[in-house]
Amino acid sequence: MELQAVLMAAGGGSRMMDLTYNTPKPLLPVGNKPLIWYPLNLLERVGFEEVIVITTKEVQKMISTDPKVKLDVKMKLDLVCIQEDADMGTADALRHIQQKVKTDVLVVSCDLITDAALHEVVDLFRAHNATLSMLMSKAHEFTETVPGQKGKKKTGEQRDFVGVDDTGKRLLFMANEADLDEGVVIRKSIMRKHPRMHIKTGLVDAHLYCLKKSVVDFLADNKSISSIRGELVPYLVRKQFSKSTNSPKVIDETHQNLKKNDSNISSRDEELLHLTQERSCWNDHRGDMSDAYHGGRLRCYVHIMDEGICYRVNTLAAYIEANRLAPKLFDEPAVHPSAVVSERCLIGADSIIGASCQISDKTSIKRSTIGVSTTVREKVKVTNSIIMHGVTIEEGCNIQGSVICSNAVIGRGADIKYCLVGSAQRIEPDGENWDYWV
Amino acid sequence: MADCGEPDGPGNKDDITRSKNEGKELSKEEKQRLRKQKKQQKKQKERKNEKSETEKEKTPVSLLPPPRPVATQKAPSALPAPASAPIPVPASAPFHSSPAPSPADKPAKSKAELKAERRARQETDRAAKQPGSSSSGIKTKVPLSELNPVVKRLPEHVQVDDPAVVKRLAKKLERQQIPLRSDYGYKVSLFSHLHQYSRKAPLTQQLSIPSTVIHPSIVRLGLQYSQGIVAGSNARSVALLHAFKQVIRDYTTPPNEELSRDLVNKLKPYISFLNQCRPLSASMGNAIKYIKKEISNIPSQCKEEEAKTKLLTCIDRYIEEKIVLAAKAISKYAIEKISDGDVILVYGCSSLVNNILCEAFEKSRKFRVIVVDSRPRLEGREALRRLVQRGISCTYVLISALSYILPEVSKVFLGAHALLANGYVMSRVGTSQIALVARTFNVPVLVCCETYKFCEKVQTDSFVSNELDDPDDLMVTRKGKTQLENWQDVSSLGLLNLVYDVTPPDFVDLVITDLGMIPCTSVPVVLRVKNLDQ
Repeated sequence: MELQAVLMAAGGGSRMMDLTYNTPKPLLPVGNKPLIWYPLNLLERVGFEEVIVITTKEVQKMISTDPKVKLDVKMKLDLVCIQEDADMGTADALRHIQQKVKTDVLVVSCDLITDAALHEVVDLFRAHNATLSMLMSKAHEFTETVPGQKGKKKTGEQRDFVGVDDTGKRLLFMANEADLDEGVVIRKSIMRKHPRMHIKTGLVDAHLYCLKKSVVDFLADNKSISSIRGELVPYLVRKQFSKSTNSPKVIDETHQNLKKNDSNISSRDEELLHLTQERSCWNDHRGDMSDAYHGGRLRCYVHIMDEGICYRVNTLAAYIEANRLAPKLFDEPAVHPSAVVSERCLIGADSIIGASCQISDKTSIKRSTIGVSTTVREKVKVTNSIIMHGVTIEEGCNIQGSVICSNAVIGRGADIKYCLVGSAQRIEPDGENWDYWV
Repeated sequence: MADCGEPDGPGNKDDITRSKNEGKELSKEEKQRLRKQKKQQKKQKERKNEKSETEKEKTPVSLLPPPRPVATQKAPSALPAPASAPIPVPASAPFHSSPAPSPADKPAKSKAELKAERRARQETDRAAKQPGSSSSGIKTKVPLSELNPVVKRLPEHVQVDDPAVVKRLAKKLERQQIPLRSDYGYKVSLFSHLHQYSRKAPLTQQLSIPSTVIHPSIVRLGLQYSQGIVAGSNARSVALLHAFKQVIRDYTTPPNEELSRDLVNKLKPYISFLNQCRPLSASMGNAIKYIKKEISNIPSQCKEEEAKTKLLTCIDRYIEEKIVLAAKAISKYAIEKISDGDVILVYGCSSLVNNILCEAFEKSRKFRVIVVDSRPRLEGREALRRLVQRGISCTYVLISALSYILPEVSKVFLGAHALLANGYVMSRVGTSQIALVARTFNVPVLVCCETYKFCEKVQTDSFVSNELDDPDDLMVTRKGKTQLENWQDVSSLGLLNLVYDVTPPDFVDLVITDLGMIPCTSVPVVLRVKNLDQ
């Protein structure tokens, strides 16, 4: 077996608490499908047959019991539960399932919505025998107005500095602005080996990583690393260029320890690989006297997507944007066949109506997503909004640019603009609500 | 057309008719199948007597057309039928139209049949006497092995412009569950019979990611081939054998199967896959032949673990003998030819030649090297780096400066991709130019090649069988501008990126192999001796 897929679905959604205090993040509806469906669909389309899903007990319960959460995937899902309050990072979770990991892993985050060609990432991993291979994408500006946010202030997201070589594939440098004191510091050893480096800041990390099995074993030995993105990836990127002198539990040693176990096989194979590299007339760089890859054994690669959809739904703005674009990713009809839609309503082409909905006369629904089992009464105007499951919207309401969470009730004649209505809340009839959270 | 309307019984006859009409050399399977069909029809002959007569009369008239429509009918034997279909076109071109190969389909005992057979025999004798023409009719009574070996079936990868062959290849790949790589871009008409792939469309796009059909190490190898990470005849063979070792290690014999037969069948789709990624080299072909032979020679009572370790040691030994030790032997011979004060010219990056030069330098011979390089691969840069790293003083020129620099040169050392059975040297494109110009300047040309790269092919030109690399490699960006960026939009422009060319033996003075230093024309002797050994 070549790769095992691991889906991290235990995150709390700390940056969109208003949405996630009731529904766990993996089950938030995006385009009327649970968020976790998107990475699972991606893996299924590419050809995976089983996935290890690391999630919380609550999510596992909801997946198995709640009829509204239908996953529709043919793959075998191996659900591994971790304690919600254990505050485990992604690397901790990977350490938790170390026993299940038998080959190289492909780690995906549950909030990734993308139509990327995964084979590009995996090809880098295979062809160069890389230790890490990841996916990044050029960030797009979010154009939708986010309810509850006054103006377009930057939410304090720290910038990431990503350094790649001339080909744009080899990852040379990765640092977050938070970790840097004054300026970007680049070691001389990197500059000597790769004199031309392109540093990019406007990239979105898709949190999709191909990791070698030895990395998972290394994590098991090094319990101090708790987050893949925050700690493991920068560590691996740095380690490409350092000589393994000081630190005791170094990843190169783990490589070698593993090889000592089946020594006869691996030593001769190593010789053959070395012979191949020696006889091959290929080099990944030119201009200096070193062999291919500068003789380094640890290599990190990145595939940067120029075009295509790639979103990480971890903020409210991303959630809204994802709802706009999600219909492009699957071919289901916009209006679910079981929805009862009366003839005199106007449903725009880019709206999605969920199953078992009831849309009454004289309603106008534009650029919106209506969830499962929602009732919309007469003369309602819904524009640019996301309505989740089980919501009741009484007559005459005007909803614009808002997010209405599940099981809410919007009273008659309410005027809601750019608001976020929480789960099971009730909006007074004839109220004017503008730009806040309920 | 008479053939089209026939019901099923004569359908079988049609196969035989077809194959006999073509008179091509038939493979063993086809011969067996034909014999079986003959036996079947012996039983049915009473009923079909009249029909056969009408068939006989009509088929000579419609010689060329029948294979095609009949082939499209249906096929109890799908393979030989379409196989014979394309061949009438090249074969019958030098042909005259009516060596009426009377289709004596069934070994009938009727008078008409016997007459037809006699006629056919006369035709074949007449045809066989003609120079270079292939014998047309096959008599049923004559054993098929007596046929003159005629136009051998051309390999599929040099018949890309023939839709029937392409269809056959597609069917074969579908059966093996391997995706078909599609050709890219406009092909120069002289080379339209070869595949041309784009590096930006790898074969892995169509494979599932945790590849189940193909072993992961083979997928990795295919990727490395198509991206050029593993390039060079020796490197490719070593990598191939390494991957096969992984495959053998991970292999388990399914129940009711024998390792010797099943493992060979398992390797076939992998080989097709690698072929799709990049056409196999002659050295790889020989290595594969060796492995297949070793696998089929495993005795059936051998236990699986034992068999696997035996195979693994065989592979190790093959690499050790044919590549590593051969390189040492060749270096030993070649160093005798290098004298102090020599100026040696090398072309591109040949691992063997680099090895020789490094060893000679270590044995403290005083010489300097001129590295000649050519676009688009610019492999000479890598050779230059390796030589300079050892301390050898080098000069670097592009091939366009060859005639200016040759007066300084005392010897030319060339590497080879393969040595063909007629003494021609197949090597990187540009090698024949170097040999030609060197001959003009009376500079000795020495080709270094291990014996495992000798192959049975015969080629006198670089057109028939070659490899077309990605045409986009020829695009160069200078000062931010890429002139050839939209070359596909220009209808009269074609980009050609050839990989190999053949050098005639007249330009080569000596071939240094691990068996010694032989003239180019002794290659068939070596091949014959090798075959005897095996």
